[in-house]
Amino acid sequence: MPDRFLPSEFIVNVDHQRCRRCKRCILNCGFGVFDFQNMTTADSSKCVACHRCVVFCPEEAITITRNPLAFREHASWDVGLRKAIWKQAQSPGMILTGMGNDKPWLNIFDHLLIDACQVTNPSIDPLREPMELRTYLGRKPARLEIEYDSQGKPVLRGAVENNIMINVPIIFSGMSYGSISLNAQRAIAIAAERLGTLMNTGEGGLHEELYPYANHIIVQCASGRFGVHSKYLNAGVAVEIKIGQGAKPGIGGHLPGEKIGREVSGTRMIPQGTDALSPAPHHDIYSIEDLRQLIYALKEATGYKPVSVKIATVHNVAAIASGIARAGADMIYLDGFRGGTGASPAIVRDHVGIPIEIAIAVVDEQLRSEGIRNMVSIIAAGGIRSSADVVKAIALGADAVAIGTAALVAMGCRLCQKCYTGNCSWGIATQRPELTSRLDPDWGAERLVNLVNSWSLEVKEVLGALGINAIESLRGNRDRLRSLGLDPATNEVLGVRPAGM
Amino acid sequence: MEKIGKYKEWKPDLWRVPSACGLSGFINRDGGLVSGEVIIDSMRVMNERGNGLGGGFAGYGIYPEYADYYAIHIMFESQEGKHACEKLLEDNVVLEKMEEIPKETSERITDPPILWRYFCKPRVEKILECGKSEDDFIVDLVMSINTSVPGSFVFSSGKNMGVFKAVGFAEDVGEFYRLGDYRGHAWIGHTRFPTNTPGWWGGAHPFNILDWSVVHNGEISSYGTNKRYLEMFGYKCTLLTDTEVMAYLFDLLIRKHRLPIEIACAVMAAPFWKDMDSAGEEERRLYESLRAVYGGALVNGPFAVIVGFSRGIIGLNDRIKLRPLVAAEKDEYLYISSEEAAIREICPKPDRVWAPRAGKPVIGMLKDGV
Repeated sequence: MPDRFLPSEFIVNVDHQRCRRCKRCILNCGFGVFDFQNMTTADSSKCVACHRCVVFCPEEAITITRNPLAFREHASWDVGLRKAIWKQAQSPGMILTGMGNDKPWLNIFDHLLIDACQVTNPSIDPLREPMELRTYLGRKPARLEIEYDSQGKPVLRGAVENNIMINVPIIFSGMSYGSISLNAQRAIAIAAERLGTLMNTGEGGLHEELYPYANHIIVQCASGRFGVHSKYLNAGVAVEIKIGQGAKPGIGGHLPGEKIGREVSGTRMIPQGTDALSPAPHHDIYSIEDLRQLIYALKEATGYKPVSVKIATVHNVAAIASGIARAGADMIYLDGFRGGTGASPAIVRDHVGIPIEIAIAVVDEQLRSEGIRNMVSIIAAGGIRSSADVVKAIALGADAVAIGTAALVAMGCRLCQKCYTGNCSWGIATQRPELTSRLDPDWGAERLVNLVNSWSLEVKEVLGALGINAIESLRGNRDRLRSLGLDPATNEVLGVRPAGM
Repeated sequence: MEKIGKYKEWKPDLWRVPSACGLSGFINRDGGLVSGEVIIDSMRVMNERGNGLGGGFAGYGIYPEYADYYAIHIMFESQEGKHACEKLLEDNVVLEKMEEIPKETSERITDPPILWRYFCKPRVEKILECGKSEDDFIVDLVMSINTSVPGSFVFSSGKNMGVFKAVGFAEDVGEFYRLGDYRGHAWIGHTRFPTNTPGWWGGAHPFNILDWSVVHNGEISSYGTNKRYLEMFGYKCTLLTDTEVMAYLFDLLIRKHRLPIEIACAVMAAPFWKDMDSAGEEERRLYESLRAVYGGALVNGPFAVIVGFSRGIIGLNDRIKLRPLVAAEKDEYLYISSEEAAIREICPKPDRVWAPRAGKPVIGMLKDGV
């Protein structure tokens, strides 16, 4: 039987009339597609369509096409299913994949429409009037006490403690050093600082070099406890307990030993070359009261910095979130089932969890019905693809959103979904020095700043059209959303009326 | 009369009705009493701001003989609704007096509901049972009638004050209710221009809870946020218009949370960050905390409101002044209105006339000891 039982996904074509044999493609491809024997040759079977070669070919000599090979159509037996069986029949094991769920599940964001003002209510021009996006993350009291002093000046009795101010309701989601390169993390840290927002370490600890960005960092404490020590816990403005991830709810993580070089090893505090295995649960959290203990242990260790708890959005997410709020968390980070990952079994990524839109709606409603919405900020992640998604997520009830995949795409990622191979040609999801060195942190940071600033402009434009000039008047304002093409039960869960009503 | 419950029961023709409006109000800070004719005269010149689909008034100090009793004004669709509602009232309050609200027959005010008023106090055993204040008890009772007793609507529930409203032009509504027979130290009035009409009396202004009455010109673009914020504190928005959230916000912020009036206004029409960032540290911290905690109570979109309560009246504009509001003073009188003409109609030579700045409240309080 030939080695290539599986046909190539893509066909790489080099136009030899145009090729001037500079060999840039050979240098740039992280997957070893190209070779040179008198002329440039390509092994299409290795191509993941990441376009690195296309972008860097000075002659535009390279084209990549989908392999047009015909399969007998079968409505039940999608070609992907057949390929999965061939792979598993050849070498037993789970099918691994990267990035977020790529299955064509209903995307609720794309079925929500935003309102605008006409006649009875003037829209506001963001070019002429202030438009405020500033957001405070953290636990807030239900009310304030204010008195007048002897000179008749209002004085606050007690204040809002330990809230984090961000200039835009968009933060960067947790992507660990190890899953992504240090240069990628550097770019995100620089961007977070310039934007006045936050980045999140993910579960891989914090490299010494990033400590200067402390005011813009959430440090994560996950089940593997990689890189967790007291200096680390105090290195950011908040600590996040990662219970789960949208791309792989209920399971742990595995960073292969090949990626644990000297720097990653030092940061994660594990021996070089050993696999970094994150257990599925935290072995000191088997119940909600255990979570409470860890929340308070972390608060004690950090002088009562805010603690975020990150969960994957699973079926019972509303009740779980309520428990987390009551356990003392200051923020709940909801990671929807479209959330990205460096590596996940495809079965889990594609079939476990619920959409972030539903999770925001039910968690916000649950916390309100219990009168405890003020106790936590809700950060929504896992499927935020555009400024429209930002507006819709906040209108459904989120305080802020987090972006991971969108940030990587801004830095060149083409969603090839091969992060787990460590061969990322864009220098993002890799630790190979010759690949990571090609991602210039300042270049990456500039692109991230551009992206978030662009989205901010768009959010402001939409707020103006809504006749709103402060983001808090959008928060939970489901009255300004309508659904199109959703079933009545989903509308009810979302608390959104269908268009026309 | 339809009821709007949770979103499960939405009726497409009975959802929130945008409307534009004319407002007027005044207070005699010495507590001197003025006939309701005066506020009718002021409203009469602003018919251009209404379309005859809603008008109303609130008078303060009008029931001195029952000053210690909650004056509950209720509209009923039918006698059955009235019986059911009165049964609920008797279970919860001691009725000192109940009577039909006096009214004139009018060609221009048609098809009125049954209009009654009840002077009452909460039953002591009920107060002990629920452990709430009398005011909170009355709020719960009002919410309960308005959401669960079919065909009954409480439209006024304060002490020594009353709301009078109907479908019609303001002056016709005032004459229908014979406001000339009442004398109060403060009056507010409203004429309405709804852009579609459920033709429902409850939809007219003022909106009221306890002694808070709000007349409002504008459309609240943050309605969904404000409504859901208020629901966390037990308020139920049932009146088919966004204006009621203003009344409930004033009640929550000033009565329940005991925020000073100026601070409550700075929550609803918050100063901009750009101005706060350059303010002194203490002031900045105060407003930062206010917005972080009370973001759900920020009222966005165009509005001008006049709020009446037992001790005074407040005029307030939205944070970028998208609707008109004018104020004037003459001796012990403070006037607030959508139009200067409406003030000059009842006070031809004011000492001072000014346009209040965006988000800055105009407050007229009864003097201490009055």
